[in-house]
Amino acid sequence: MPEPASVTITINGVEHEVEPGQRLISAAERVGVMIPRFCHHDKLEPVGKCRMCLVEVEGPRGKSLVPSCTMPVSDGMVVDTESAVVEKAQEGVLEFLLINHPLDCPICDKGGECPLQDQTMQWGPGESRFIEQKRTFPKPISISDIVLLDRERCVLCDRCTRFADDIAGDPLITFQQRGNDVQIQTFPDEPFASYFSGNTVQLCPVGALTSVDYRFKARPWDLEHTASVSLVDSVQSTADVQTSRGKIIRVYAIENDAVNEGWLSDKDRFIFSAVHAEDRVTTPLIKEEDGFREASWAEALELVADKLGSYRGDEVAAIGGSRNTNEEAFVLGKFMRWVVGSGNVDAQAGDGIDPALAATLTPRARIADLDTASTILVWGPDLKETLPVLYLRVRKAVRNGATLVVASPAGTGLDGIAAHVVRYRAGSGSDTLRKVSAGEADYAAVREALGEGPVVALVGRSSLAEDPKLVEAVASFARSLPEAKLLTLLERGNVYGALDMGLAPTLLPGRMSASDSTAVETLEDAWGPIPTEPGRSAMESLSDLDEGVIKALLLVGSDPVRDCPDPSLAADGLERAEFVVAVDAFLTDSSSLADVVLPGAVWGEVDGTVTNLEGRVQRIRPSIQPVGQARPLNVVLDDLALLMGVELGSAKVGDVTAEIARIAPAYASVTLDYLTFEADEEGIVVPIDESTDLHRYIPAEVSVPVVTDRMTLHLAPALYDDGVWNRNASSIAELPRAATAAIHPRDASVLAVADGDSVRINETHTLPVVVDSEVAVGSIVIPFNQRETKGIAATASVQVDPVRGDAQGDA
Amino acid sequence: MTTKILTARMEAHPEDSHTLARYESTGGYDALRKALAEMTPEQIVDSVKASNMRGRGGAGFPMGVKWGFLAPAEPRYLVINADESEPGTFKDRQLLERDPHQLLEGILISSYALGVDQAYVYIRGEYPKPARRLQRAIDEAYGAGLLGENILDSGFSLDVSIHLGGGAYICGEETALLNSLEGRRGEPRLKPPFPAVEGLYAKPTIVNNVESISNVPWMTLNGGDSYAAIGPERSSGTRLFSLSGHVKKPGNYEIVMGITWAELIYELGGGIRNDNALKAWIPGGASAPWLVPSEHLDTLVTIDDAAEQGTMLGSGAIVVMDETTNVVAAARNIVKFFAHESCGQCTPCREGTSWLDDILQRILDGQGRPEDIDLLLDVSDNISPGLAWPPAMTTICPLGPSATAPITSIMRWFRPEVEAMIPMSEVASA
Repeated sequence: MPEPASVTITINGVEHEVEPGQRLISAAERVGVMIPRFCHHDKLEPVGKCRMCLVEVEGPRGKSLVPSCTMPVSDGMVVDTESAVVEKAQEGVLEFLLINHPLDCPICDKGGECPLQDQTMQWGPGESRFIEQKRTFPKPISISDIVLLDRERCVLCDRCTRFADDIAGDPLITFQQRGNDVQIQTFPDEPFASYFSGNTVQLCPVGALTSVDYRFKARPWDLEHTASVSLVDSVQSTADVQTSRGKIIRVYAIENDAVNEGWLSDKDRFIFSAVHAEDRVTTPLIKEEDGFREASWAEALELVADKLGSYRGDEVAAIGGSRNTNEEAFVLGKFMRWVVGSGNVDAQAGDGIDPALAATLTPRARIADLDTASTILVWGPDLKETLPVLYLRVRKAVRNGATLVVASPAGTGLDGIAAHVVRYRAGSGSDTLRKVSAGEADYAAVREALGEGPVVALVGRSSLAEDPKLVEAVASFARSLPEAKLLTLLERGNVYGALDMGLAPTLLPGRMSASDSTAVETLEDAWGPIPTEPGRSAMESLSDLDEGVIKALLLVGSDPVRDCPDPSLAADGLERAEFVVAVDAFLTDSSSLADVVLPGAVWGEVDGTVTNLEGRVQRIRPSIQPVGQARPLNVVLDDLALLMGVELGSAKVGDVTAEIARIAPAYASVTLDYLTFEADEEGIVVPIDESTDLHRYIPAEVSVPVVTDRMTLHLAPALYDDGVWNRNASSIAELPRAATAAIHPRDASVLAVADGDSVRINETHTLPVVVDSEVAVGSIVIPFNQRETKGIAATASVQVDPVRGDAQGDA
Repeated sequence: MTTKILTARMEAHPEDSHTLARYESTGGYDALRKALAEMTPEQIVDSVKASNMRGRGGAGFPMGVKWGFLAPAEPRYLVINADESEPGTFKDRQLLERDPHQLLEGILISSYALGVDQAYVYIRGEYPKPARRLQRAIDEAYGAGLLGENILDSGFSLDVSIHLGGGAYICGEETALLNSLEGRRGEPRLKPPFPAVEGLYAKPTIVNNVESISNVPWMTLNGGDSYAAIGPERSSGTRLFSLSGHVKKPGNYEIVMGITWAELIYELGGGIRNDNALKAWIPGGASAPWLVPSEHLDTLVTIDDAAEQGTMLGSGAIVVMDETTNVVAAARNIVKFFAHESCGQCTPCREGTSWLDDILQRILDGQGRPEDIDLLLDVSDNISPGLAWPPAMTTICPLGPSATAPITSIMRWFRPEVEAMIPMSEVASA
C-alpha cells in the first residue's frame, strides 16, 4: 500500500498536515512545537532512553505518556505536549537528570550552549529537592588523544556511542556497569581512536565530552561564528569557524545534508591550530648566502617582479593553487597566462589525474546520489584515509541497503561492509578491470552486482604509484554501468575549484580546453594575448627545471618535494632553478628551497568561493585577519602585476568573483550575494553537461611492467601524515601511525621475514614488516608521506630486501 | 484443591524424579509421542489457547494469545525464561532441578506446535545446579533420540541450548533477555516490535516462563479444555506459589487458585512464626503492592481478585511479614534491590530508584525530614505517574515503577509508622 502524501495530526488542539514516516518529535518541531530532548538526534537511530520527550498521545484506552522520539506519526493522532501530566513528567525527568549532575556550569565548556541548561530553563523545575550525596567519578578521563570525558556531567543519552557504532563504524566506546553506576567507557587498552571522535563532542548535549584543545579556552557567548567550509579535503564539509579575540579556537560542523550532514573528520575539525602555529611564515623572506632574512613586502615584490619579468613566458611555471579559493586560483591562472605569458600552470603535483577527467567527466554524481544508489563502486584510494566524510556517506548508503563493491590493492576502511572486495596486485589494475568488465570466472558475481543500477562510481588513483591512466579506464567502464553517475576522487581542498579556474596545462577557466581557439579568443578579448597551446604539467615543469629549459618557478602552497611521485626530481629541479618564489604559509621541504618566500593568507583568513568534488560552490569566509603580514594570493598577484606594468584588478575578491562569472560559463550563476543569501544552506552546484565533457578516453591497455624480483608498490595515503599542516596542528600532530611495510604472508615467507622484522626498500628506507593477508600477493603497502617514508619514489615497483640482524657481521 | 500437575512426580519420587528413566516410567514423553503421532501443530496451539492459562512469569498474559502473535517468518525461536531473579521467587528452580524432563517435553511439544527447531533456555547464572540438572536431562534426551534430528522418526527436529545469565534481574524482562542472549547489554528493547514479530536475532520468537511451558505436556495429554476446567475461569489451572518470610512452613506450593489468602498463609503456610501477628504480605513478587490482614485475608487468590485490590500475583512469590517487621526497612530493602538491578538506560529509573533508596536509608538513619514523605511519593509519581497498579510508566519497562510499589504500600497502610521514624514530624513529636 503506497504511503499517503501526508497525515493529519493534532498537536495541542491544532491540526497539522505532516509528512508520514517521521517521528512525532520531528514532525512537531517542523510545525513549530518544540519538544525537549537529549537522546533524540535526527541523524541517529531512536533509542527512547532519556525520557525527556514524553508527551501524551490519545489511544484506545485514553491518554498515555509516550516518548515522541520513538513514536511514528499516524493519521488522526492526537497529541498533547503541554498538559499537566506532560509538564510534570518533563520536570521530573529534568530533576532526575540534575540530581547527580555536578552543576559546575561556571567552569564547564558547554555552559552557555548547553541543552541541559537551556531545557532546564524552559522545562525544568525551579529548584532541586535532592539533598543526598551526588554520584562522583574521577574526572576528566582521556578517552582518546583528542577527547576528554567527564562522567559526572554525562546524562547517558547514548548519542556518542550511537554515533561511534553506527555512523563512524568505530565501536570503541560503550556503556559499562548498570543502574546508577552506568558510565561511558572505552575498552581496556583501546582508546577511542576514531577519525571522527570530535563529532561526539559536538553531539554531546552536556559538557561530558570536551576536546583537549578547546577545554577552558572560551565561553560560547564570547565566540564569533563564521559560516564557512573546511578545506582539508575536496568534500569541503560545511563548517562553523569560531573565533575569540582574533584567534580561531574551534571548528564545528554545520549540518548541510547535501555535503556533510553535520559531520566532520577530526582533521577537518582540529587542523585550525596550524593557522596560528609558531612556524607560520609571517613576513616575506629573501634568501641570502646564509639563509633567509626577513624583508618588506615592497622589497620582496620588487625582486620577484624583476626576476619574473626577465624571463620569456614559457621559461616560467607555476605549481599549486589547490588549497586556495577559486578567486585566488583564477587570478593565479590569469597572472601566469596573461601577465607572465605562460601556460605552464598545474594545481596538481603529478599526484592526480587528467585534469579534463576531473573537471568535465559526465555524468557527474552528487554526494547525495549515494543515498539512492543501488550499487556503489569504489575504485580508488581508501576513502576513510583520504575523504573521510565521503566514507561516512558510503557507510550510510550501505546501512540503508546499497551494495558496495570495493577494488583496491590493499585493505580499505570500507572492506568490512563491502558486498564484494576486488583485490589486485598493485600495478595490475587494468588486467583486473578487464576481467571485472568481462565478468570472468572469479569476477562474475562482482560484474552482476555492478549491473544493478543506479550505480554511483567513485573513481580515483588508489596510490601515487598507480598509473593515472587506470583511473581513466575505470571511469570509462563505470560510465557504461546502468544509470551510472561518477565522482572522481582528488583529495586536496580546492583542487576541483582550481581546475575549474584553469589551473591545469590543458584547461582554461570554466572547464574550457586550452587548445580550444574560441575559448582562447574569449580570454584574449577580455585580457590580452595568452598562450594558444597547452602548457606543461607539474612533472614536466619540474623535469624541465632540472634540464634548464624552465628557469623560474612560482610555487603556491605546493610541496612537490613531498607530494610528487619523484621527490628527488622535484628537489633537483628546485635546486637547479634560477629563481623560485613560493607563496606559502610554512617553510616546507619545497618552499625552503625558494629564493623568495611570500607569506600567503590561508583558510580562515581568506574570502571567496570554493568548489568541491561534486562541483558544488560554497562561500568560504574569513574569520580572522591574516596572521602577521600574510596576504591573500589575489592581492599579492595584483601588486606583483602592477610592478610588472599590468593592472590585474584583482585586489577585491568580489571583483574577481564577478569576472569569473563573466568569463567561466559554468560559473555564470555564482555570485557572492547569491551564495550568501540564496544558496547559503547548501551552496550551488555549477552545471555540467555532456557537451562540455573534454575527456575522450579511448580504452587502452595500461601496462605496468611487473618485474619478478621486485615488488609492486602501493603507496597508501593516510589521514594523518607528515604534511606541513598536520605537523603544525597541535591536536593531531602526534596522531600519524608509525609507518610499516605490509606484505602478504606468502611474500613474507619468500623474504623469510615475520611481523616485527624489518625490510629495506630501494636500499634507502628501512621499515618494520606487518604481515597482512589483505595485501595482494607481490605488492608491498607503504604509507605515503610519513616521517619514516618521505622521499620514497612512487615507482611502480620497488626493491625489497630483508634486514638481517647479523647482516652487518656477514658483510 | 489437591490437583497436582507440575509437582506430582517430584512428590512421589523425590529421589530420582529428575532422571529420564523415572520420567518415562511415570508417563513421561507420552504427550510428545501423542503430539507427534496424532496431533497437528495447529491442534496443539488450539489446545493451549483453550487452556486459558495465563503466563506464569509475572505479567499473566494468556499464553495461547501470545502464541497467536507469532509471525510467519523463519527461522523462529522458542526461548524459555528461567532467569528467576525476583526476591522470594524459587518455583522455577524446583521445576528445573526436580523435573527437568517435564520442561523439556513442554519445550518439544511447544516447538513442534510453533514451527521451531532451535530453543534456548536462559537460566540465571546463580542457578548452577538447576542448569546442571537440565543439561543432564538434555544430554539424556539426545541419547534417547528425543532431541536432535528426526525425533521419534516424526521428521521433527529440535535442538535445545542452555544459556547462563550473568547475574542481572533485568534479564528476566523478555527483551532484555533476548539482548543478553544475543551478547548485548541486558537492556529492555523498545516495543513494538514485540518478540513474537521481531525477537531473537530479529526473528519471530516466543518467550515463555519455565512453569508455563512445564504445563504443556499435561495439556497435551488431557486437553486444554480439561486444564481450563481447573480452578476459577480466568485463573485456570494449578499454580506454583513460593511462600516465604515469617510463616512456619515456607516452600513451594502447587495449588488451584481460588482459595483465600487466609487459607494460603495459615493452612498451607502453617501460620506465622512464633504465632506472631501478621502485619502484611507481598502477594506476587517484590514488585507487587502489599496486602494487609485488616483488608485482604478473605480475598480470593486469583489473578483478577489481586488486580481488583490494586496488586498482582505476578511471579507467585508470596513474602509474609509479621508484627516485628520494620516496614521502612522492608521497603528500603526492596527499593535497594530495584535500584541495584536497574539497567540504567531510562533516566527516571536510573536516577529515581537510587534517590528513593537514599531517602529511605536516611529515614532509617534517623535523618528523615517531614517533607520526605511527600518527596518519596512525588519521586515515585515521576517514575510511575498516578501511582496505580498496573503502573503507568515514564520508563521503557516496568522495573522502575516496580520500585514504587513498596513505597506506596507503606504510605497507604503504615503511614503513621513511617512518620514516627521522622524526628520532626507531628507523629514523632506526639
